[in-house]
Amino acid sequence: MADRTPAWAADEIMTVVASRLLRDGMSCFVGIGIPSTVANLARNTHAPNLFLIYEAGPLGAKPYRLPLSIGDGELAETADAVVSVPEVFNYWLQCGHIDVGYLSAAQIDRFGNLNTTVIGPDYHDPKVRLPGAGGAPEIAAHCHEVTVIMRHTRRAFVPRVDFVTSVGLGPAPDTRSRLGFRGAGPVNVITDLGILRPDPQDNELTLVAVHPGVDTQDVQDKTQWPLRVASPLDVTDAPTSEELAALRDLKSRT
Amino acid sequence: MAEHLDLTTAISRHVRDGDTVALEGFTHLIPFAAGHEIIRQEKRNLTVSRMTPDLIYDQLIGAGCVRKLLFSWGGNPGVGSLYRFRDAVENGWPTPLELEEHSHAGLTNRYVAGASGMPFTVMKGYLGSSLGEIAPHVRFLDCPFTGEPVAAVRALNPDTGILHAQRADRAGNVQVWGISGCFREVVMASRRVVVTVEEVVEVLERRPGDFVIPSMAITAVCEVTGGAWPSYVQDYYDRDNDWYRKWPALSRDRDAFLAWLDEYVMGA
Repeated sequence: MADRTPAWAADEIMTVVASRLLRDGMSCFVGIGIPSTVANLARNTHAPNLFLIYEAGPLGAKPYRLPLSIGDGELAETADAVVSVPEVFNYWLQCGHIDVGYLSAAQIDRFGNLNTTVIGPDYHDPKVRLPGAGGAPEIAAHCHEVTVIMRHTRRAFVPRVDFVTSVGLGPAPDTRSRLGFRGAGPVNVITDLGILRPDPQDNELTLVAVHPGVDTQDVQDKTQWPLRVASPLDVTDAPTSEELAALRDLKSRT
Repeated sequence: MAEHLDLTTAISRHVRDGDTVALEGFTHLIPFAAGHEIIRQEKRNLTVSRMTPDLIYDQLIGAGCVRKLLFSWGGNPGVGSLYRFRDAVENGWPTPLELEEHSHAGLTNRYVAGASGMPFTVMKGYLGSSLGEIAPHVRFLDCPFTGEPVAAVRALNPDTGILHAQRADRAGNVQVWGISGCFREVVMASRRVVVTVEEVVEVLERRPGDFVIPSMAITAVCEVTGGAWPSYVQDYYDRDNDWYRKWPALSRDRDAFLAWLDEYVMGA
């Protein structure tokens, strides 16, 4: 029997596939953790001129190591400019100057709404207290588009999020325009199992690709709503040895 | 004009029980020494405001100084939870903690309105988010000129703003460079401003990307070398990431936290 152990970890293929979506020269609003890894992997591979914006104020940051926190010294020292937090949010983000935002969440629902605040129906008596919003609501509202990156689990993929921290697409096609949002919202959801994109008819997240070796039923089992599956269903390209080497090198520096 | 004071006198004089206090600094320049002095002086019933509570507010909360927290992201970045914050929210230990929760942009704009002397400011945020339903100082209105929906956020004017900066001169002008978060907004919004600095120098030699907060906007300046550790001060010392990683072990358990507090803060 052939060895079926893949040559990459689940987080690695998720990170590599997400980084391929970034094109050289784009501006990218970067959250800490996996989004920061994704953006810096792209900058170290196919998109050397990616313009990275961190919410603490560094614009055009080029860190050699991945930062532990959102305002690490290396971000400021390698940035083209460092601005204040009000300037980041009011002048750069709110006015629509940023191409793409990368976000993660504890819960996502079928319309791409994101929850990073509390788990449980009662905000005042939560089952789990999560860190909160940070910059996410405005990133989700104002970047031209958003890519969500998160591990695919039954706890995370729910029909309705317990708390809408950041607004997704909504069941109505004009949900976002009625709120006055310029950005298109979450147009890609990259998980360790595959890629979901909103159905153009009604915005419901639909499985459009699985990673090599992933079974569609496995994705359904880890999603709490009856999942729509595109036909034909794509299979993502396996991470190349160059991509994996660049990712592992980046992580080893940190 | 700013008065040069020692830290004990500055905190004793300018932070009072029940005050609203903003210890600013975004990852960079977090005023830990001033926070520890607040703990040592056993200030109580404070309302404290920061975008990221960070370890400093975890410590203030665990020490029982805080009645209410205004924040927008309550974690230990890249590490995990703030356990004293969670224990206060989930179990009311050592005292119940009232929360007022925002997005970064929302809390930032509360300072912007406060610094501008306006009752509120407007932004495009909170719309469609559950945060708009639970945040008490957010309202929605239509732009009087275009009709588009906007969120109004109420001004925040702290009783005391507390910052850490690279240096000051004898006249009390303060020089800052690197990531500065909401420094200018907190200075101009606060009734009193206490700044700790790495060093007091005769002449502030200008640096690329720096700015100077004029002495007349500041109440007290205290020379406290190392006053932002374990956060960092650009061109003075790096962030002690190992210490941030160690914090869960020191704070997850109440007794471990109290032992740390006694030895390293109260006994210092």
